[in-house]
Formats: sequence, structure tokens, C-alpha cells
Amino acid sequence: MISIENIKKCFDNTMVLNGINLNVFKGESLVVIGGSGTGKSVLLKIILGLIEPDEGKIIIDGQNMLDVGRANFLKRFGMLFQGGALFDSLNVWQNITFRIAKENNSITKSQARSIAEEKLKRVGLKPEIAELFPSELSGGMQKRVGLARAIASNPEIIFFDEPTTGLDPIMAGVINQLIREIVVEMGATAITITHDMASVRAIADKVAMIHNGSIQWSGTVKEMEKSSDPYLNQFLRGDAEGPIEAIR
Amino acid sequence: MTLYKFISSVLRPIGKSTLDLCQVFGKISLFVISTFTHIIRPPFYWRELLSSIFNIGYLSLPVVGLTALFTGAALALQIYSGGARFNAESVVPSIVAIGMVRELGPVLGGLMVAGRVSASIAAEIGTMKVTEQIDALTTLSTNPMKYLTVPRVLAATLSLPILVAIGDIIGIMGGYLVAINRLDFNSATYLNNTLSFLEGDDIMSGLIKASVFGFIVAIMGCFHGMNSDRGAQGVGKATTNAVVSASVLILTTNYLLTELFF
Repeated sequence: MISIENIKKCFDNTMVLNGINLNVFKGESLVVIGGSGTGKSVLLKIILGLIEPDEGKIIIDGQNMLDVGRANFLKRFGMLFQGGALFDSLNVWQNITFRIAKENNSITKSQARSIAEEKLKRVGLKPEIAELFPSELSGGMQKRVGLARAIASNPEIIFFDEPTTGLDPIMAGVINQLIREIVVEMGATAITITHDMASVRAIADKVAMIHNGSIQWSGTVKEMEKSSDPYLNQFLRGDAEGPIEAIR
Repeated sequence: MTLYKFISSVLRPIGKSTLDLCQVFGKISLFVISTFTHIIRPPFYWRELLSSIFNIGYLSLPVVGLTALFTGAALALQIYSGGARFNAESVVPSIVAIGMVRELGPVLGGLMVAGRVSASIAAEIGTMKVTEQIDALTTLSTNPMKYLTVPRVLAATLSLPILVAIGDIIGIMGGYLVAINRLDFNSATYLNNTLSFLEGDDIMSGLIKASVFGFIVAIMGCFHGMNSDRGAQGVGKATTNAVVSASVLILTTNYLLTELFF
């Protein structure tokens, strides 16, 4: 279980996160929504240990990550970055097996490649692309290779940062479906950051909305559809008019 | 009040620039200390180190070699022209050799590598930063300092002395070619004078300088890349800063090391 307790973070005297509290249970898929610049990605990076919060605790299975140190937790994490974040200097199979090769010195090149090909098939890509470099792939393919890398070492907790940004609706649907299937199949806990409502409906068990640095609303997808919260409703409708100011 | 405003408007930017400069020096110092602590602690990325030696050392050979060749050739002509004024044309071989080995080889080699390598490292790491590849490294349990900075710094520190040694030989040969073909020197006498006036300390001081310059080139590239701002402009600025700071530091350190070896 992941407990996010009273997380606060300021940048240059601007309060970005002002006391975030969330619980994510094992095997659950939490999707965090909110407008651009509301601190969703900052929250994700704090949970991953990439940014240190000013205050608060990240408790994973009873241990405060900020006390124990992120190194002990990173092995349990997988992450799909917004732009894929594939290493330009490595080809597809080297990208996918980067962590496996690093943590297991005895693994041979052919074993690593065969793991990469298996993961490529799992995300719906042909094994023949294993030798290609990231610059030779389309945006959708890069996302799927990024997903293959995120799941390569069978992590317990997977993070997705805006997984469908920049993709056409069909490819976005494919990625959403893949994420849902893989998370269920692996029994992993998932935390996703997005403002794509199709993603929310496809992959969320639980939804939390950030506004003004704190959790404005949280609940299940069904509860979200029926909610009368004016902030959430404005966000769902995509209206310029409402309590959320369009110009931030 | 007007006088106060005037003084304040003059002093404030000076104070801000001084504080900014101190902050940059502090950050660079911490970066250097962090690099040293990571150099001595495992894991070591040997493949990255070899790849960096190839990129930084081997691929810089043409630019360093050509620079040395033409510098040695021009130096021979200049020394001959100056020496002829007091009938000292015979000093050409020894001064070309000493000038190349002690000063021009390491400094020009360092500056050329600063232009090629600092820029390339800063642009590569800066782009990795803005495309979240450095965050990705961290989430894949890999320390970016160990994986990106340490191999590049070690590669440049080890490669530059070898590059400069080769450059020195090429530079001396440039002077030799001009002296033989243009200034009518005797080939055997020229080579004999070159070797007999050159001492081990000359060579060592040049190679130590080269090693320090290699360290500066890679550290500046990595530092500015790791601290690059977002966007194409941020990466461009990091690249420019890397080359400028590496070049200035090479020239400053060159004077300090020359004082030390004097």
C-alpha cells in the first residue's frame, strides 16, 4: 500500500502542492487528474523520489521512503514517461533490458534480447524493431517501447506520466487498453497522471483531482460520473466557464 | 533620495552578479567533489568509458593533428624570421619543439577539444535532461553521475595527454617539413637539435597540463548539460556556456600550471 501524507512543495515561493493526502492499495489503479500546471507531475516525481518534498511522508508498505532512501524502492518501480524518455544512444532491445542487464551481470546478449522481444510482443510490437534506435520509431511506437521498458523487470508499482499525450485517438486507445491489461495481468499497483478523460475511464479504479495544490475530489470512476463537485464537473465537461480559472 | 537611488542602481547589479558568480563556483565545486566520490565507488561502467574514450579521444585526433601540424609549421617560419634578426636561425628546431611540447600543444589541443567535446557533451546531456532521459536513468536504478559524468571525465582526462603527445609529434614534424623544404635546414641537424634540447620535464609538464585540461573540458560539458534549462534555447545556452567556461578555465589554469612548472 502507498500512503501519501501531507505532501507540500514550493518552487520559488509558489506553493505547488499544499498538503496532498492519498492512499493507493495494492493492485489498485489510481489516476490523478487536474489542469496543466497544477502539480500532478511534481507529485509523481516526489513519489518516485526524483524531487524532495518540503514536508510530508511517502509510506510504502509501512516504510517512509524519504527516511529509508529511494534506492531501496526503485527496484520495485516501473515508469512510463510522457515522451517515452528512451535512451537515444541505445537501440530498442538495449533500452528495454537496461535495468535487467545492469542488475544481472551474468545475463547474455541473446537472453537479454529474447526478453526484450517477448516484452515487445506483449505491447503489440514486432520483434524485428529490436535493433532500431528511438529516433527511427514513431511517437506511438516510442510510447509502447517505453511501456515495454517499464514492465521489463516485472515491477510491483508502475507509474504512467500522461501516457496518451501526443497520440492520435486510436493509438491513445491502444495504449490505454495495454496499460489496463498489463496492470491487471501483473497484479501491479498503478499511479497515472493524465488530463485525458478517455484514459481515466479506461484505466482507473480510483480517481483523484488536484486543484490549487490539494486534492479537490477523489472517488471511483462511477462516483466521478455522478459527482456534483463543480470543479470536477467543469473539468469533465471541458468548459472554460466555472470555478476553475481558464487562465493560470 | 535621488543619490541613494543612483548608488543603489549601480551597486545592486554588481552585488547580484557577485552573488550569482559565487553560486556558480559553489555549484561547480560540489559537482567536482561529487564526480570524485563517484569515480572511486562502484559500479563502474566500462563500456561507457571505452565508448567515451573513442568519442572524445580517437575522434578528436584529426582536429588536434591538423591544428598541431599548421601551428608547428607557422611557428618554424616565425622563429626563423625573428631569429634571423640576430643571426640565431639555428634555434628554430629547439624552440619549435619546446614551444609545441610545453605550451602550444596542450593549450591549442585543449581549446580545440573544448570546442568539439564540451559542446557535444553539454548538448547530449542537456537534451537527455529536457527529454527526461536522466530521470529515466534514476528510475532504472542508475546514478546519472556514475553513468554519464564519470566515464566522460575519466575518458577526457586519460585521452587528452595521448592526443596532445601525438599532436606534439605532428607539430614538430610540421616545423620540420617547413624547415627542410622552405628554410633549407639540414634534415639530420634539425632532428638532432630537436631531440637534444628537449628534456623530460618539458614533455611531462605538457602532458600534465593536457590531463588537467581534459578534466576541465569534460567537467564543464557535464556540469552545464546537467544544469541545462528546458527547451532548445536552454540546451543551446548550456552548450555555449560549456565551451566558453572550458576555454577560459583552460587559459587560466594554463598560466597557473606554467607558474608551477616554471
